Amino acid sequence: MSGKPAIDLKFYLKLFWTTFTLSLFTFGGGFVIVSLMRKKMVDQYGWINDEEMMDFITIAQSSPGPIAVNASLMVGYHLAGIPGALISTLGTILPPMIILTFVSIGYQAVAENTWIKAAFHGMRAVVAAIVLQVTWALFKSLAEKKNILPLVLFAAAFVALFVFKVNIMVVMVAMILLSVVLSIHETKKENMS
Amino acid sequence: MNLLLQLFLSFFQIGLFSIGGGYAAMPLIQAQTVEIHKWLTPLEFADLVTIAEMTPGPIAINSATFVGMRVAGISGVLVATFGNVLPSVIIMLIFAKLYERYSGQTLMKHVLEGVRPTVVAAIFTAGLSLLNLAVGSISALDLFALAVFVAAFLFANSKKITLSPITLLLFGALGGIGWEALGF
Repeated sequence: MSGKPAIDLKFYLKLFWTTFTLSLFTFGGGFVIVSLMRKKMVDQYGWINDEEMMDFITIAQSSPGPIAVNASLMVGYHLAGIPGALISTLGTILPPMIILTFVSIGYQAVAENTWIKAAFHGMRAVVAAIVLQVTWALFKSLAEKKNILPLVLFAAAFVALFVFKVNIMVVMVAMILLSVVLSIHETKKENMS
Repeated sequence: MNLLLQLFLSFFQIGLFSIGGGYAAMPLIQAQTVEIHKWLTPLEFADLVTIAEMTPGPIAINSATFVGMRVAGISGVLVATFGNVLPSVIIMLIFAKLYERYSGQTLMKHVLEGVRPTVVAAIFTAGLSLLNLAVGSISALDLFALAVFVAAFLFANSKKITLSPITLLLFGALGGIGWEALGF
């Protein structure tokens, strides 16, 4: 199902609209928007696959700037080069720009509005559900290769992040170093046999 | 120095030096907007963090817009936001190009494969803390939120029904408003 779509005006509009709506409904940090992006672009549109999505998140997370902006830039570039990257970036930054412009004028009224609070009450639970469902889908794509190593790395990373609250950058750098060592080791073994 | 140029440079620095998302950007935003330039009081900064939590979008973009608007109106918004994303745009375009070229190479492939489990673990961790925030603790369980969570998870996981995440969120918002309207 995965494949790059035809690049025409209609596609650019769809890319803009997709990133705009994803950004508009994303509350609470970078990992929420990447979960919604996966749901939309992997599941619904089939524009990219799970491996590519995880790579984009890795690169977005380890680069300067907001993860949401970085990740949509990567996806946009992957699908349609520099114009795609610029369009998805614009789509991602416009909603917070527009909303914050109004909120900065009269935020007290917004923050204390009962109905806005009530809507958030429901949306928070949905966001948690989407993020955990995406975790489940990504976990399945790690597990389906019948290789124990990714599962061990997952468990180690989870314990480090969740139990010991290690900074994610530290965990990522450690995993990169470990992968380089394992890769060199494996190449040597292949050359010997 | 020209105020707009100062806004641009401050938010350019925030964009350039915040690696690893919103919580990494927070202290940089505080240093630039409160301590160095005194565009915000410490109390206004605390308000800004609250607003950023309950409005969509990255905290750095939210801050750039909020501060830009207060300091110099719409032109401040545009300059601060543009300054904030410019480092991302430049650096990510380079990385994206490198990725498209080298992701097939063996060492690069192994490194990316080695980091993928960490990405999944990080998303899982974020999801668990969101769940905790949404439904509360075991002693003070929010049953409405738990029901919404379970329903949304089942819909999101269903192979037969592909609902857009936006649709799911809208249902959640309507559910919350309905629950409030019923007087719970």
